[in-house]
Amino acid sequence: MPHTTRVLRSEWTKIRSVRSTLWTLATALVVTVGLSAVFCALTASQFDNLGERQQATFDATQTSFSGSVLGQLAMIAFGVMVVSSEYSTGMIRSSLAAVPQRTVFLAAKIFVATMLVLVVGMITSFLAFFVGQALLGENSVSIQDEGVLRAVLGGGVYMTLLALFAMGISFVLRSPLLAFAILMPFFFLISNILTGVSATKDYAQYLPDQAGKTLTAVVPESLNRPYGPYEGLLIMVAWTVAALIAGWIVLKRRDA
Amino acid sequence: MIELRGLTKRYGDKTAVDHLTFSVQPGMVTGFLGPNGAGKSTTMRMMLGLDSPTSGDVHIDGKRYDQLRDPLNYIGALLEAKAVHGGRSAYNHLLCMAQSNNIPKKRISTVLDLVGLSDVAKKRPKGFSLGMGQRLGIAAALLGDPKILMFDEPVNGLDPEGIHWIRNLMKHLASEGRTVFVSSHLMSEMALTAEHLVVIGRGKLLADTSMADFIAKNSRTFVRVRTPQPERMRDVLGSVGVMPVFEQDGGMQVEGIEPARIGELAAWYQVVLHELSPQKASLEEAFMQLTAESVEYHAQDQTSPQGAPQRGGPQQGGWQQQGAPQQGGPQQGGWQQGGPQQGGPQQGGPQQGGPQQGGWQPDHGGNPPRKRR
Ligand SMILES: Nc1ncnc2c1ncn2[C@@H]1O[C@H](COP(=O)(O)OP(=O)(O)OP(=O)(O)O)[C@@H](O)[C@H]1O
Ligand SMILES: [Mg+2]
Repeated sequence: MPHTTRVLRSEWTKIRSVRSTLWTLATALVVTVGLSAVFCALTASQFDNLGERQQATFDATQTSFSGSVLGQLAMIAFGVMVVSSEYSTGMIRSSLAAVPQRTVFLAAKIFVATMLVLVVGMITSFLAFFVGQALLGENSVSIQDEGVLRAVLGGGVYMTLLALFAMGISFVLRSPLLAFAILMPFFFLISNILTGVSATKDYAQYLPDQAGKTLTAVVPESLNRPYGPYEGLLIMVAWTVAALIAGWIVLKRRDA
Repeated sequence: MIELRGLTKRYGDKTAVDHLTFSVQPGMVTGFLGPNGAGKSTTMRMMLGLDSPTSGDVHIDGKRYDQLRDPLNYIGALLEAKAVHGGRSAYNHLLCMAQSNNIPKKRISTVLDLVGLSDVAKKRPKGFSLGMGQRLGIAAALLGDPKILMFDEPVNGLDPEGIHWIRNLMKHLASEGRTVFVSSHLMSEMALTAEHLVVIGRGKLLADTSMADFIAKNSRTFVRVRTPQPERMRDVLGSVGVMPVFEQDGGMQVEGIEPARIGELAAWYQVVLHELSPQKASLEEAFMQLTAESVEYHAQDQTSPQGAPQRGGPQQGGWQQQGAPQQGGPQQGGWQQGGPQQGGPQQGGPQQGGPQQGGWQPDHGGNPPRKRR
């Protein structure tokens, strides 16, 4: 068996043999689907009370993924745990003693984690969509409508990229506490606040999560961004790649 | 075989490992000794490619660690700090290491049996005792059945039974022809297991010697004699066929003659003695002596152990006199005037303090800072 395949299997063993994997991913799924369902049910009952403009720009697809505002935090937690637990437990020394080719180690870990998040992210996104649309009733959309399938697939991609971004940052920061303390408030509050305030909106809308949101939207007016979903995807990918490169450089350079 | 060449590690302006050059041979246990902070763990981390050296290099069987494919089959290591995820079962911990290094699965149960952890293989190491954690680390080191084994303070925190077990394990591994490299700060422990010794202090190599040589050189009995008239004393001893060995600080070591006899001789020939003490250098003392200057963190207590070279003596007085010009200040002058016995006939030898000088010594006991009152 080639070396890389063996390292991939080893990383798969690592990821499936700790409880935090199950907990964080299950939380991401349950919270996203559950919260989205609540939003959809509320929207369905309050739709007639919404303003005319709000009704006109209503995005049923995005509403059925709105629980991701919390669910994404669990995805970030997964990314942070996968990487920083190596450092906080000292496991990194065993890992690098076993696989001193650090680039292979990083690539294998990220690949395995990405595949897992992609699967869970897709399940989450599709589940949230179908549950949400069922609850939205007459305001719902069909997966066959234009742009909807792209947006639902985009939900899974969005979560995956966010977890990847968190992994890159965690390779830089190493400490789980530090990574949580920076990433959680950033994606839960700061990014949204900066985008909400008109003075900073022009810049903040290019932040990774804000850019990624366009991927999950079907009605562009609901977000009002100067770029479309595919540009949004590119921006988010650029952020993720930058974080991973930073993580790779730190891993290559610094003592374990 | 492990070869270090000029291995150096700096943290900022602190040099943790300072141009270490030595090699570790197969077929025996090599003890790696040094006081706390000497740089043992840092050296071992560099051997495993975990920390990168500031300069110099380490080769394992001629290769750099990161050039080894499946390194666990060459070298296994137990590191100082736990290197295990507390939430991953012992079995899975070993499994993930085995998988990346192409080690057959059945080795896992073999090593778990060997270290006596089979019963807790499915348990998470979070709940392991210190000894169990250490055993899991050893299981991981043995996993690839490597020719080279490295243990960083393996007996730390173990009970006597555990210590006994590790000691025998290391000897056994070496008897199979493997290279076994073990760090410790206990000379007595190493005396029981190691055939070869590498001693470092403050990152510098202090000794690289066989255990037998070290013992032969260091565990002996002698009488320490201090006198303001060392030349005369040497002649007196010479007259009975004994040759004293002068120590750096001016004391002399006399072997092959009873302390009582030396005292009698001294009395007969009217040689003033300041010290006449039988000494037995234990290995631990020999080790402490070797590393004394390099000890990183001294205990606050300034009193040094009996017979250690820092102890004040006539030569120390000489040192203080030599140091006087630089240290010269009003206090120094005051002391010189105040010393009524100054300038006695014995003052003659420029470096040899007279007896009065020596008499002054105990008060100020080789403790320069106290002079500056
Ligand atoms: N990551 C680091 N950053 C800064 N200084 C360090 C680092 N690691 C070690 N040192 C310093 O390097 C020196 C050597 O440390 P090291 O842990 O190698 O000593 P040691 O011989 O293993 O000591 P001990 O017997 O206490 O385990 C110490 O002074 C320590 O403070
Ligand atoms: Mg140490």
